[in-house]
Amino acid sequence: MSLSNVINISGTGMTAQSVRLNTTASNLANAQSVSSSIEETYRARKPIFQQLQEPWHERDILAPVDLEHDVGEGVKVRAIVEKDAPLDIRYEPTHPFADENGYVYYPNVNVVEEMADMISASRSFTVNVEVFNTAKTMMQKTLTMGQ
Amino acid sequence: MSALGFNNSLGIHDNALLVRAERSQILANNLANADTPHFKARDIDFQAILRGEVERSKSLAVNRTDNAHIPGRMREESELLYRFPYQPSIDDNTVDPNVEKAQFTKNSIDYSSSFDFLNRKFKGLDGALRGQ
Repeated sequence: MSLSNVINISGTGMTAQSVRLNTTASNLANAQSVSSSIEETYRARKPIFQQLQEPWHERDILAPVDLEHDVGEGVKVRAIVEKDAPLDIRYEPTHPFADENGYVYYPNVNVVEEMADMISASRSFTVNVEVFNTAKTMMQKTLTMGQ
Repeated sequence: MSALGFNNSLGIHDNALLVRAERSQILANNLANADTPHFKARDIDFQAILRGEVERSKSLAVNRTDNAHIPGRMREESELLYRFPYQPSIDDNTVDPNVEKAQFTKNSIDYSSSFDFLNRKFKGLDGALRGQ
């Protein structure tokens, strides 16, 4: 039944968006995690989304088109990557974590960008919840057929 | 075939219900991939499917007379199309969540009405069988 697939698809959407929310929370929590070297400094993390689909080599090519597998089965988090932006290096000789030249290394977390990302993730999550609820109502209605 | 056979009396509504359910899956997938780079929004044309269904009931069926004949990898009643985006986006994603949400809501209402038609058919059959 296609409607139970809708529930699975919106479930994958909710999972992906909550991973995005998790990375945003981690970035914001570590926005001030200073260190004394470039290597040790926290870098902002971003999830990369990809459409979830059955791979071509596992499909029967001669079989008729199967909508369930051709459409895609939702979304998955392909990877979580660290942002490539330069670190925020500040000259603070009195800071306890300053290196021998007096520099302190701050993470490359852009707080405004993270807040925007957070709102976007939360909206997308809500949309998936609404899709889930609608599919649930449709399924429950189908079960009452003939009563 | 008697008039009370399921295939004759349900009309197009049971097929319509199934196509609506499949379409809800496509639209849900579009909405789940609203933030996926390079994803292209897809949809099916319900009117074309309905026309195909009517044509198919009129036309003759085609048989394979040899095992070497390759069955066509095509399903005439549901062709997946790509949505034309209203605005280009920087990551090549063509999902407009508002449009998709509107289509999804509309589709669920259409599903509901198809269901009501089908339910009435069953109620009618029930009444005819009871003879009351």
